[in-house]
Amino acid sequence: MNITLQIWRQDGPDRPGGFKVYEVDGISAEMSFLEMLDALNERLANQGDEPVAFDHDCREGICGACGVMIDGQAHGPQLGTATCQLHMRKFENGATITVEPWRAAGFPLIKDLVVDRSAFDRIIEAGGYITVDTGSAPDANLTPVPKPVADTAFDAAACIGCGACVAACPNGAANLFTAAKISHLNLLPQGQAERWTRTENMVEVMEEYFGSCTNHGECEKACPKSISIDFIAMMNSDYLRAKLKNRRLVAQ
Amino acid sequence: MGSPVSTTIEQRRAPWPVAFYRSAVGKKWVMAITGIAIILFVIFHMVGNWKIFLPDVDGIPDIDIYAEALRELLVPFLPEHVALWILRTGLIVAFLFHIHAAYSLTLMNHRARPEDYQGPRTYIAANYASRTMRWSGVIFLAFLLFHLADLTWGIQPMAPETWARGEVYANFVATFSRAPVVFFYIVAMVALGIHLYHGAWSMFQSLGINHPRFNHLRRWFAIALAALVTVGNAIMPLAVLFGFVE
Ligand code: HEM
Ligand code: FES
Repeated sequence: MNITLQIWRQDGPDRPGGFKVYEVDGISAEMSFLEMLDALNERLANQGDEPVAFDHDCREGICGACGVMIDGQAHGPQLGTATCQLHMRKFENGATITVEPWRAAGFPLIKDLVVDRSAFDRIIEAGGYITVDTGSAPDANLTPVPKPVADTAFDAAACIGCGACVAACPNGAANLFTAAKISHLNLLPQGQAERWTRTENMVEVMEEYFGSCTNHGECEKACPKSISIDFIAMMNSDYLRAKLKNRRLVAQ
Repeated sequence: MGSPVSTTIEQRRAPWPVAFYRSAVGKKWVMAITGIAIILFVIFHMVGNWKIFLPDVDGIPDIDIYAEALRELLVPFLPEHVALWILRTGLIVAFLFHIHAAYSLTLMNHRARPEDYQGPRTYIAANYASRTMRWSGVIFLAFLLFHLADLTWGIQPMAPETWARGEVYANFVATFSRAPVVFFYIVAMVALGIHLYHGAWSMFQSLGINHPRFNHLRRWFAIALAALVTVGNAIMPLAVLFGFVE
């Protein structure tokens, strides 16, 4: 395959950026998008040019490190797929592909396609955990969890924190990420003790860095794990209840 | 990590209704609740106005009797006009909150993406209605002010020259005999329909009303409501313009 890439190049946060055009030929349709970028970088390095910086780690769709805007879509045109799992066969031979970093105030640019997603860590630190003595592992199935609950919590827990929801959202909102992280704990018995403080704190830290949800639903379509915006409704419901809850009765 | 786009938790400490409204999730709750209040008003207003299609009662237009009855709502429990003004106050407050929340969340969203994508975007879920909420809202607001000046306050030149307080039917026919007014009215109703196509779906999410068995009904509800409000209102000025009501 021969393709034309239009890639955002920017040396650093305060440096001017712009698109640069690269012709890449001899690409195999079986390559992943990141392997295609590797091929480009190898050629750039051989010419003595600066390779394109991009984030990646597992390359099997589970770590959440990768993620770029491909032709105006977060993680590209294939739904439910991270950039590392997107293959070049999804594109036409001779296509021009535009590649941009995630753009959001909460995700400042570091270099080229790499952004700083540590605002997500701030949200997790605000309550994305349960406080327990780890000790030795408890017996399996000690705490009964109904199957639909376990399945739903698992769907939320599938979030890999890549930031595609923020990138895709026309408002730069992080509600899908935050809702998924809140819900996978709030749904389960183990998450109940801290349910209301978690919801309040995580929502409020989220709002320090990101925009506000207007229910476009763009995040759900961009999510490589296809996490549903149903979780956003759950979060909205829990946020009001957190404000009203008689905290003395939390353990009931 | 980027600079904060809104106030921090510390800055937000306040009695709970205030703190709640300071959060974006809280503002969306308020938008949804005020949106529902305005929807209820819009439906009540529309059904009341359909009285223009009814025949006169003892030589007085049915709608004039209805308008008088609204002023006398809950009389003798309350003095004349009081019940009506309580309802009006609620509606004004709902509008103010709805617009303030829309305004402040729009600013927050602009701060959240100070530098936009430089290449073209491909949207998959966001639709025309959801991306133009503030424009459909503002068009409707402009119309609302015109409409009040025209039929409620009788301010020239918005109101017809023959405008007279209490003559609801005559004012109605006079104003909608002017084609540009009918045109503006229809544009506003289409804008409102587009607003509700997204808003009446979106409010369920904002209010956390989400149930796998009923979720598919939310879109149909929004379509039906948008169609009802747009068509149900548009038929009235059209009926005047085309001489069915005179
Ligand atoms: C007067 C000017 C108006 C403006 C500027 C305005 C603006 C907005 C904006 C920006 C939104 C947010 C969109 C979203 O989050 O999905 C919204 C939502 C909404 N609006 Fe309006 N609007 C106006 C009038 C109205 C009217 C007249 C109605 C009802 C008849 C209405 C009903 C709604 C509803 C139900 C929502 C959904 C709330 C939610 O998502 O929680 N709006 N409006
Ligand atoms: S590199 Fe780990 S998810 Fe793509």
